[in-house]
Amino acid sequence: MSLILDKVSYKYSTGTAYEVTALDNVSLEIKDGQFIGIIGHTGSGKSTLIQHLNGLLKATEGVIYYNGQDIYDKDYDLKELRTQVGMVFQYPEHQLFETTVFEDVKFGPKNQGLDDKEATLRAYEALRSVGFPEDYYDQSPFDLSGGQKRRAAIAGVLAMKPAVLILDEPTAGLDPKGRDEILGLIKKMHEKSGNTIILVSHSMEDVANYVDRIIVMNDAKVYMDGTPKEVFSQAKDLEEIGLAVPEVTYFMMELKAKGYDVDVAATTVEEAKREILKLKGINA
Amino acid sequence: MFREITIGQYYPADSLLHRLDPRVKLFGTIIYLISIFVAGDIFSFAFLALFLVMIIRLSKVPFSYMVKGLRGIVLLLVIAGVFNLFMTPGQALVEFGPLTISDVGLKNAVLMTARMIFLIIGTSIMTLTTTPNQLTDGLETSLAPLTIFNVPVHEIALMMSIALRFIPILVEETDKIMKAQMARGADFESKGIVRKAKAMVPLLVPLFVSAFRRASDLALAMEARCYHGGEGRTKMKPLHYEKEDRLSYVVIISYLILLIVIRIVL
Ligand SMILES: Nc1ncnc2c1ncn2[C@@H]1O[C@H](COP(=O)(O)OP(=O)(O)OP(=O)(O)O)[C@@H](O)[C@H]1O
Ligand SMILES: [Mg+2]
Repeated sequence: MSLILDKVSYKYSTGTAYEVTALDNVSLEIKDGQFIGIIGHTGSGKSTLIQHLNGLLKATEGVIYYNGQDIYDKDYDLKELRTQVGMVFQYPEHQLFETTVFEDVKFGPKNQGLDDKEATLRAYEALRSVGFPEDYYDQSPFDLSGGQKRRAAIAGVLAMKPAVLILDEPTAGLDPKGRDEILGLIKKMHEKSGNTIILVSHSMEDVANYVDRIIVMNDAKVYMDGTPKEVFSQAKDLEEIGLAVPEVTYFMMELKAKGYDVDVAATTVEEAKREILKLKGINA
Repeated sequence: MFREITIGQYYPADSLLHRLDPRVKLFGTIIYLISIFVAGDIFSFAFLALFLVMIIRLSKVPFSYMVKGLRGIVLLLVIAGVFNLFMTPGQALVEFGPLTISDVGLKNAVLMTARMIFLIIGTSIMTLTTTPNQLTDGLETSLAPLTIFNVPVHEIALMMSIALRFIPILVEETDKIMKAQMARGADFESKGIVRKAKAMVPLLVPLFVSAFRRASDLALAMEARCYHGGEGRTKMKPLHYEKEDRLSYVVIISYLILLIVIRIVL
C-alpha cells in the first residue's frame, strides 16, 4: 500500500514558446501512514508534484503506482483514485460553490455515490473535526472569513474519508493561532487514523514541528529527502536555494559556535529546550 | 486543458512583424480583409495565398501553432460549406435524390471556405504578433479623431484591454476550479444535456464569484491610484513610426492595388 513515482517528468504547454519543465525526473516512494512535508520556494514545482498523485495532471514521462497499480493504465478508475487520495487546494475559493457550507461539504460524499443521509452524516463529522463553528453551518460559504473558508474546504475533502490527504499550503493567509489550530488538527487526525498526509508549505517552522519526513523541491527536482533532522542539518545547502532552517536551529548553531556542547539538529523549540536543560545537567 | 485555445493569444518572438507599429498592423489587417473579398478567382486567390505565406514566414510564429486555432471552427466551416453546396440554386452538377449540387453552389462553397480560412489565419497573425496592450494602444491612437464626435475612444480602448487581459486569467482560473472540483469527485465528462448542465454549476459559481471579485478589486485599485479617464493622460511608450512602418504601409497598399489589377486583368 503506497504511492510510487517512477522517473516522473512534467512540462506545461508543451510544444509552445511558453514550455516550462515543472517536474524533472522525480522518483519518490510514499509509504502508508507517513506524514510528509514538501517545501521549496515559489515555482519549484510543489503544486505540480502533488497534482500528479491523484491523477489531475498526467506525467509527460514516467509512471505512478498507487497500491501497486499503474494509474495511467487504460482501465484504471481515476475517479476512484481521487476519492482515495484527497486533495485540498491552495485557494478555498476554487471549490466553494453551494448555497450553504453544509451543502458544500456534502458535495464530495454525494459524488462518491452515498445517499443523502450518509452524506449528511459525513459532512457533520467532517465539519466538527475541523472545528468549524456550528452557528455557520447554514451560512453561505462566500460570507466566511479566510480561516473559516479554509476549514470548510478542508472539511469538504475530509468528508470523503480519503486514505491519503494532500494539503497545498493549508495555512496560507491564516493568523498564527489559526495556523496552529489547523496544523494541530491535521496532526491529531494523523495520529488517530494513521492516514498518509502530505503537507505543502513555505514555512519551515510548520513543517519541522509536525512532519516526520521532508521533501525539498528545487527547480523541478527533488533536492533533499529525509527526516527534519537530516534536512535541517544541511542549513548551508538550504540557504543556497533560498530556503532557511527553523529559527531554533539557527539559535542552536549559534550556541554551538559559542562553544556550548549542544546538538545542533534540534528542530523544534521543545527539542532545543531539552538540549539546553541537559547542558545545565537537568534531565527534563 | 483549456490552454489549447490560441485565438487572440500573443506569441512572443523577435520578428519584423512583432516590431511593427500596431497601427500599421491594424491598417494592414483591414486591407487584408478587404482583399479577401476582392479576390474571387484562382489567380487572385493564389496571389493572396502567396502574400499570406510571406507574412507567416515573416512573423516567425510556427504555422502549426496558428492552425491549432483553426481546429475550433472546423465544424462551423463544414456546416457552412455543406449548406452552400446543397442549397444554392443553379445548373445541377450531381443529384442525390432530393439533394442537388449546382455549379454555383460548388463555387460558393469553395470560395466561402477559402475566405473563412484566410480570414481566420490572417487576423490571428495580428493578435499573435501584437500584445493586447499594443493592440489597444494602436486602436486608441487610430480612432482618436472620433473623439470630436463624442465617441469615448479612450474608455472603449481601456475596456478592450481589460477584457483581453482577463481572458488568460479566467482560463487559468477555470482550470484550477475544475481540478479542485474533480478532486472532490466532480465529473465533467458525463453525458446528457441535463447532467452536463448540472455538472457545470460547481465550476461556474466559483468562476463568476471570482470574476466579480477581480473586477471590483481592479476598479478599486484604479480609483485608489486616481484614475480619471483619458483626458490629459500621457503615455509611457508613445507610438511613433519608424522606417520599417512607413515601408510596410507602401507594401500593404501596393498589395491591394496589385490584387485589384490581377482581378480585373486576368
Ligand atoms: N497551469 C500552468 N501553466 C503553465 N505553467 C505553469 C502552470 N502552473 C504552474 N506553472 C509553472 O510551473 C512551475 C512550477 O509551478 P508550481 O505551481 O508547481 O510551483 P509551486 O512550487 O507550487 O509554487 P508556489 O509555492 O508559488 O505555490 C512554475 O515555473 C510555474 O510558473
Ligand atoms: Mg503551489
